[in-house]
Amino acid sequence: MNRRDKRMLTCQEMVELVTDYLEGRLDDASHARFEEHVAECDACTLYIEQMRETIVALGHIPPESVSREAEEELLAAFRTWRGRTA
Amino acid sequence: MPEEEGTRSESQGAGPATDPDADLLARLRQGDEDAFRTLVTEQGPFLMRLVMMHVPSRSIAEEVVGDTWLAVLNGLDRFEGRSTLRTWIASIALNKARTRGTREGRILPFALLRRRYEEGGGPALEPERFQGRRGERPGWWASPPVAWEDPESQLEANETRDVLLKAIRDLPPRQREVIALRDVSGWEADEVCNALDLSETNQRVLLHRARSKVRAALEEHLKPEPEGQPR
Repeated sequence: MNRRDKRMLTCQEMVELVTDYLEGRLDDASHARFEEHVAECDACTLYIEQMRETIVALGHIPPESVSREAEEELLAAFRTWRGRTA
Repeated sequence: MPEEEGTRSESQGAGPATDPDADLLARLRQGDEDAFRTLVTEQGPFLMRLVMMHVPSRSIAEEVVGDTWLAVLNGLDRFEGRSTLRTWIASIALNKARTRGTREGRILPFALLRRRYEEGGGPALEPERFQGRRGERPGWWASPPVAWEDPESQLEANETRDVLLKAIRDLPPRQREVIALRDVSGWEADEVCNALDLSETNQRVLLHRARSKVRAALEEHLKPEPEGQPR
């Protein structure tokens, strides 16, 4: 581990690689270096956990309801459109 | 790398069995009102959520979505099925939201400053959060992430949802579009690339900036009360 050319990833580098990591786009060597850093760094472990929680939270934003009127207007527009092309 | 890009089949050879949209599309083209109603009921709420992340108000979102459906109807005959129906509809909606955003005189202040970060420039976090070259461990945390309080119940709360939506609205447009489709709408990367005409790498860079900033906004919102303040 104390080989100079294989220095450990810094936290700042981890923060920039986290999406590639979560998306599974790191090559094997980078993946190993990434995990080597994280194994040793509680703050980065927390950071990744928070990224995961962020993604989950984003996925829980509910769809927006569409008003009845808007839907009726659309159906009216559809009939006009159909009339024009028929 | 995706081997094939989704449903690349041109309309002539593709039977209904291979293209889930084909049947619906055929009925729409014949003017089948039930088919249109089904489409609007299925896609409407998702489309509204998507557009609301990009325009300043609900009423504007409703207009944009309405315009989108009209454009969908008028474009039906030209739709070649090179992307899925929902991808095509979303890209129309985002185009309209984009134009509308410009016409409304920009939702965001500091648009010029933000442009710098637009296509992936700029770091995920401020450099001050890390130790400088003279630090004990350069590049390691100077100001580490703060643990969130009771994240699970907090993340369910309405207030947190508002923080998320505001964080998304504050993003530069391309980042906003990518995170809205990937993480809020739950689309796969290749479908997002298709809808937004992005390379896979570019999509990932934009997603990275966007997620990093939304996480930072949540951190700010969910961090414990500052020290010295009574609970």
